[in-house]
Amino acid sequence: MWVRIYAVLRKELKQLSRDKMTFGMVIMIPLVQLLLFGYAINTDARHIPTGLVNLSHSSESRALISDLEASQSIDFQQQYSDIHSAQQAIVKGEVRAVLYLPRDFGSRLVQHPNYYSGQKAATQAFTRPVGQWLVDGSDTVITSTIKALQNMPLQSVGNRKVEQAVTSFAVVPFFNPEQRTVVNIVPGLVAVILTMTMILFTSAAIVREREQGNMEFLINTPIRSIELMVGKIIPYVLVGLLQVGIILGIGHWVFSVPLRGGLSSLLLAALLFIFASLTLGLVISTLAKTQLQAMQMTIFILLPSILLSGFMFPYEAMPSLAQWIAECLPATHFMRMIRAIVLRDAMLAELLKDSIWLIAFTLCGLFIASRRFRKKLG
Amino acid sequence: MSQLAIEAKGLSKQFGQQIAVNQLDLSIPKGCIYGFLGPNGCGKSTSIRLLTGLLEATSGEVRILGEPLKGNEESLKRRLGYMTQKFSLYDTLSVKENLQFVASIYGFTGQRARQRIDELLSLYDLTAQSKQYAGSMSGGQKQRLALACATLHSPELLFLDEPTSAVDPENRREFWERLFDLSAAGTSILVSTHYMDEAERCHALAILEKGHKRADGSPQDLMAQLPASVIELSGNALREVKQRLIQHSSVLSAAQVGAYLRVLVKDNQPAPIDFIQRLCPDHQVALTRPNLEDVFVVSTGGRHVG
Ligand SMILES: Nc1ncnc2c1ncn2[C@@H]1O[C@H](COP(=O)(O)OP(=O)(O)OP(=O)(O)O)[C@@H](O)[C@H]1O
Ligand SMILES: [Mg+2]
Repeated sequence: MWVRIYAVLRKELKQLSRDKMTFGMVIMIPLVQLLLFGYAINTDARHIPTGLVNLSHSSESRALISDLEASQSIDFQQQYSDIHSAQQAIVKGEVRAVLYLPRDFGSRLVQHPNYYSGQKAATQAFTRPVGQWLVDGSDTVITSTIKALQNMPLQSVGNRKVEQAVTSFAVVPFFNPEQRTVVNIVPGLVAVILTMTMILFTSAAIVREREQGNMEFLINTPIRSIELMVGKIIPYVLVGLLQVGIILGIGHWVFSVPLRGGLSSLLLAALLFIFASLTLGLVISTLAKTQLQAMQMTIFILLPSILLSGFMFPYEAMPSLAQWIAECLPATHFMRMIRAIVLRDAMLAELLKDSIWLIAFTLCGLFIASRRFRKKLG
Repeated sequence: MSQLAIEAKGLSKQFGQQIAVNQLDLSIPKGCIYGFLGPNGCGKSTSIRLLTGLLEATSGEVRILGEPLKGNEESLKRRLGYMTQKFSLYDTLSVKENLQFVASIYGFTGQRARQRIDELLSLYDLTAQSKQYAGSMSGGQKQRLALACATLHSPELLFLDEPTSAVDPENRREFWERLFDLSAAGTSILVSTHYMDEAERCHALAILEKGHKRADGSPQDLMAQLPASVIELSGNALREVKQRLIQHSSVLSAAQVGAYLRVLVKDNQPAPIDFIQRLCPDHQVALTRPNLEDVFVVSTGGRHVG
């Protein structure tokens, strides 16, 4: 038994090391994706291209504009003479938002409570907004960035001292005090990339043998299905661990993502997830007849794993149907585990529910795969 | 103990509406080289896959080496060897690595594996290529490697599916020498082919057509018992004569071979020579010995050559 498993394993490693393209992908996928995602994904919008319709031409309006630009979230790129041409610019996509300051901006400003502070603000009876924002509302990130300006203090516009506003709540962001998106992205990326490579590699590795005719010889030998499967997946366990190392290593050194959790918890969680993904790949390999089909099925799993697992959007914000679907995906459980371990220094024992779920998934997958994988053709 | 290597009764395989193998009966004695002769798509590969247990038969019974195939597929696998029609070893492994892999799969380890591999490398003349990737070898070398892998565990029964389709005549002779060596050592061999000269080397053969077995026996018997006469006709305008002859219901086929027309006349004509001479008075006509191709043409109803 062990002789045969070892024979398959050694053969698989040799083939993998000679397949330059696949071997390159093992390294390049995590590397490139990490650099891309790490630099590109940012949920706080900055430098939104913005247009301006300023009918007031007062020194106060200029002060407001420079205040807004100082926040760096807004970039006034275009001036428009009237509101119609500004709207058209949004339709054309020249700018994502437009600030409209009316002719009577100055008188609106002095009546506005945010222009004053303390007691005096409350006594002000008659107020109107000082201006209007037109926003390309199709992008919710941009909309919410602009919305955050709704209650912007206006004291500084009149060269008054800005009084520190008393907030209702104090917010203390744990684990990621600077609120960098990349801190959340990097551990999540481990889950996404492992989902992709682990499922794809195993399913393709087995389907390839069928496609190229090796299987016809192989199933005529005394090798057992379980020996073939175990021998096939062990090399990819190593590949998976290598990828975890690459992602977290670069995440740590390049993007200074903290690695707070214990290495053993991390390793165990990664192994649980790798095994779950590999068995999913095995199940796919018993369904797919060609490598292309295996690829399509992998994408079928991969997309919800990216979108629903909590990688992109918080799990809690999804409707309950989506949460149910997400619960079925190993990536969701691992996403929780690895973020907890890497960012919050959780122990595996505290993540028992997710661990048990992954183990159960693996066992189910192995059972289904070995039932479906029969040593027959056709 | 049964003296039959393969025994099949009413073996059939249906793919959807299409019947690939239809009521095949076989009894192949141990130690012989048995051939499956037939055109493309006649069900040779499917029959072999049924007999090795790779495909599940729609109906029928098979006994391999005296044991019923059903239920014994796994234990029989150690006693069978199978060389697939398509090269089924690993292109990105070297010759030696392929052999090592197969050896470990069959449970050969250490010294025993090394010895057997060296033996096979020299037997199949692959020592010089032992480090070459299997994918970069020539058709003949690939075929020798495939045979080496299929016989590594010294099987009692060897299935070869069109083993020589990518091999030149010289290497084909060489290959058959190896098969006779194996046969002399007691291995039973079932080989499929669409070459007549190869079929002629078999101890016995079955002619398959569209899933049916049309004839079965040793090549000599099949030729001797041919229910038709073979007549060679020479002269002018052979193409035109041929068109005229095949109109006749007693003429099974007429095929041009060089300067001759080879005509098969059914046995319901008592005097075939006179019959042909009457039809073509200006040509030379002579009776000749039947060959295997004639057997093939007669048993497949004359539809394939002409
Ligand atoms: N898996 C399958 N599904 C459907 N039909 C099949 C399958 N395998 C074979 N067939 C059909 O069964 C018939 C016999 O095929 P088979 O491969 O046994 O022919 P063959 O005698 O080996 O031909 P060749 O000389 O080309 O190898 C063919 O008509 C083929 O289309
Ligand atoms: Mg075939």
